[in-house]
Amino acid sequence: MSSIKDPDKPKKPGSGFSRRGFIRGVGLSGGALSTGVLETEAAAAPPANLSGPGEVPITLQINGKPYKTTVEPRETLLDTLRNHLDLTAAKRVCDRGTCGACTVMMNHKVVYGCTILAVDAQGKDIQTLEGVAQVANPHPIVAAFVNNDAQQCGYCTPGFVMASKGFLDKNPNPTYEQVKDGLGGNLCRCGTYVGIRQAVLEAAKQLKGGRNA
Amino acid sequence: MPDYSWPPMDQRKVLGKRISRLDGNAKSSGRAKYSSDLNPPGLLFAAMLTSPHAHARIKSVDTSEAERLKGVTAVRVISKAGTEIQWAGTEIAVVSATSEPIARDAVRKIKVDYEVMPHVVREDNLANVGNRAKAAGEQVTGDPEKSFGESDAVIENTYSIPVITHCCLEPHGQVIAWGGQKLQFWPSTQAVSTVGGDLAKGLEIPATDIRVQMDYMGGGFGSKFPSDRWGVECAQLSKASGGKPVKLFLDRATELTIAGVRPSAFAKIKVAAKKDGTITSWQSQSWATGGFGGGGMPPIPYVFTKIPNIRLNHTAVSLNAGMARAWRAPNHPQASYLTCSALEDLAAKLKMDPVELFDKNADLTARPDVYRSQLKKAATLIDWSKNWHQRGEGTGSIRRGLGLGIATWGGAGHASKAKTTINPDGSVEVELGSQDLGSGTRTIIGMVAAETLGLPLSAIKVKIGDNSYPPSGPSGGSTTVGGVSSSTRKSTINALVKLMETIAPSLNTTADKLEAIDGRLRIKGSPDKGMSWQQACQKLGVNAISEMGENDTKRTEGLNTGGASGIQMADVSVDMETGIVKMNKLVAVQDCGLVINPKTAESQVLGACIMSVCAALMEERIMDQQTGRVLNADMEFYKLAGIKDIGEIVVQMDITPEHDKKGVIGLGEPCAIAGIAAIANAVANATGVRVPTAPMTPKNVLAALNSGRNA
Repeated sequence: MSSIKDPDKPKKPGSGFSRRGFIRGVGLSGGALSTGVLETEAAAAPPANLSGPGEVPITLQINGKPYKTTVEPRETLLDTLRNHLDLTAAKRVCDRGTCGACTVMMNHKVVYGCTILAVDAQGKDIQTLEGVAQVANPHPIVAAFVNNDAQQCGYCTPGFVMASKGFLDKNPNPTYEQVKDGLGGNLCRCGTYVGIRQAVLEAAKQLKGGRNA
Repeated sequence: MPDYSWPPMDQRKVLGKRISRLDGNAKSSGRAKYSSDLNPPGLLFAAMLTSPHAHARIKSVDTSEAERLKGVTAVRVISKAGTEIQWAGTEIAVVSATSEPIARDAVRKIKVDYEVMPHVVREDNLANVGNRAKAAGEQVTGDPEKSFGESDAVIENTYSIPVITHCCLEPHGQVIAWGGQKLQFWPSTQAVSTVGGDLAKGLEIPATDIRVQMDYMGGGFGSKFPSDRWGVECAQLSKASGGKPVKLFLDRATELTIAGVRPSAFAKIKVAAKKDGTITSWQSQSWATGGFGGGGMPPIPYVFTKIPNIRLNHTAVSLNAGMARAWRAPNHPQASYLTCSALEDLAAKLKMDPVELFDKNADLTARPDVYRSQLKKAATLIDWSKNWHQRGEGTGSIRRGLGLGIATWGGAGHASKAKTTINPDGSVEVELGSQDLGSGTRTIIGMVAAETLGLPLSAIKVKIGDNSYPPSGPSGGSTTVGGVSSSTRKSTINALVKLMETIAPSLNTTADKLEAIDGRLRIKGSPDKGMSWQQACQKLGVNAISEMGENDTKRTEGLNTGGASGIQMADVSVDMETGIVKMNKLVAVQDCGLVINPKTAESQVLGACIMSVCAALMEERIMDQQTGRVLNADMEFYKLAGIKDIGEIVVQMDITPEHDKKGVIGLGEPCAIAGIAAIANAVANATGVRVPTAPMTPKNVLAALNSGRNA
């Protein structure tokens, strides 16, 4: 199995992982996800350099610090965070880009860690909840989640906090309706949505007040 | 013996206050370590091969290629040649390896030869299940024939609700290290004190050799009591790999296929009443499946159990599908849905307001006064008298309707032991072999100890999630809050009495004359005569106090009891052209005795309401008779509600002196029952047509509208 790796250059259309390719891959392979995507893309444009098979050394820039490890090119950013780097705030729940429990930020955009290959995340600015929620200085979003009891079992919560951060970064003055739209990419099973809606609105107020802005 | 009873409502300093959960920060900041987050040194990863066939006999399993793969540390065959597989997803073999990708590669290299056998995986049409149906025998009360003949109004309809899954976000699984004699077990469980013993049985070793630890768990809902086959196999893989820790958690497809489901419920129901709405007779032929084991008889007629004339027939259907497990209020949501749907249809036939019908027949329930008062409260909160209309009176393409549902549950405390330790430096610890499923158990234990000792919550260290602590029951049946609050109350009072006995002489009094309030121990009636908590504890010298307390389920001393009631009402809008049902509002009026923490209690009810929205509008495990498999074993097509789908939810905790004096009653389940019925009835009220098939998806709504038009 192989993967296209070119961390330094921006992706050309058709030469890397794209949403369209992803969807096409799912449709074609009917569940054999990674194989379908990679073969489709590889056929479209012969890769400049190949990684793997076998483990390759990578460096990821996470929460402002470089992390070195070796991964197989087929390993996702999520599995690399959890299994190689012991950064376990992001959770693996649905296995395939549906539930948002693995939400992290990449180059200041909210992404699902399970839909990105670790080798493709090199050279990107990755932010995980570990970097956002400092122990010494509780982030207003975290504080608002606690205050509004926006968690029960808590397994979806880190993903929701990161999604909330991404949403509030772009929408500092959200309405109630916008909050409902903005967090539609995450799922909770215990049913904590009512607390989450209130928490995001409260956090928006706190952030506007200048704390941790 | 000390007086363990709860302090009077008006004197409580901590109990009854809205307090944020103790582990909220750990969870919301991602620092909470669930068992699936653990990465102990030398960790190996396991992957499992499962059966693609719903019914087959294994002819051979060849693991040789898998064993040769570099990085593989152990391969085990779970279902050996000759084994008959009864559902797709059955565990066949398991592999451990130095990395997850290698473990998965190895699983793909295992060759299994199956003799495929015929299967039955759908129960919606009883005529197609052949010998898989087992009738339970008829139950008759009164004289149904005669009473149906004498009644003024009769309705007869078939209603159904499908199998749904638990869909715990943290899948089932564990990390196990089995090196020497002691086995270290980090599960995701609802039963910290008993799951080790269960695993010990599977491994044929003494339970004392297993140490269970779990700080956090990501959802169970009734499906996470046993150690399971994957627990036993995970332990054996660790042993075969020289005792290195092994992590084995189910992938999502396997989780949704074999880790537990809620039984379906189908019923042809006939119910009759007099002109004034008095229900006289009930007859039902129900069927259900809980997987291969059959099972799943809904307790109908639900709540209105004193209907004078009843005829019941139930058939259990065994399918080649994953087995049922307890699912938050086992069989009650289905029973509430079936019963309340039929009663609402009856009300529509009588042209009667269903709230009036429920009120009129409240004497047929075990708690008429509670239900009558809850019906009033819920009706006020949803503005029933203004917003309700007769069925079918809606017009336009978007039609609004209201509906109601009813619930009952036990919820008395389970057997629980607690140990409270007061240290000479003033610090306090409470230890229980319990678990916090997200319901706030950790927090209420701390609150009870803080209240008892007259200290702030921050002064109490709560230690749970370890089977070396005093044993506390599994979290099922809404029994945890009653159990742990009672045992904690007793152990803490016992410890406090010891402390009082130590310091009483220095205050020239006796222990029974002392009280602990506001961080001080003082003489009752003379607030000035006393000392600070810190000074009192210093008098212990070098000896900490450690006292036990036990909730004896046969003698709860008024601390906890069972019996919770609830009414929920829904307000929906239905698009008559697309069949899309939109939640406007769901109101839950719920009693639960003494409410320790209204903040987390409300969260429980809100969560249960949202689960009810999921089950009423979206959730369904879809089986494919052709392949015998679950068609939607993923979270894209096994639908859960998102944050935008739930509408407004209003929770009214019935906190009154009458409820309070009953003691603590479990809340997890009673609030998860009535919502589906309320939503289904609101859809009927809005559209003018009964949608007899849950969930109320566009497909099912449009089908009902179509047949309604053709009728």
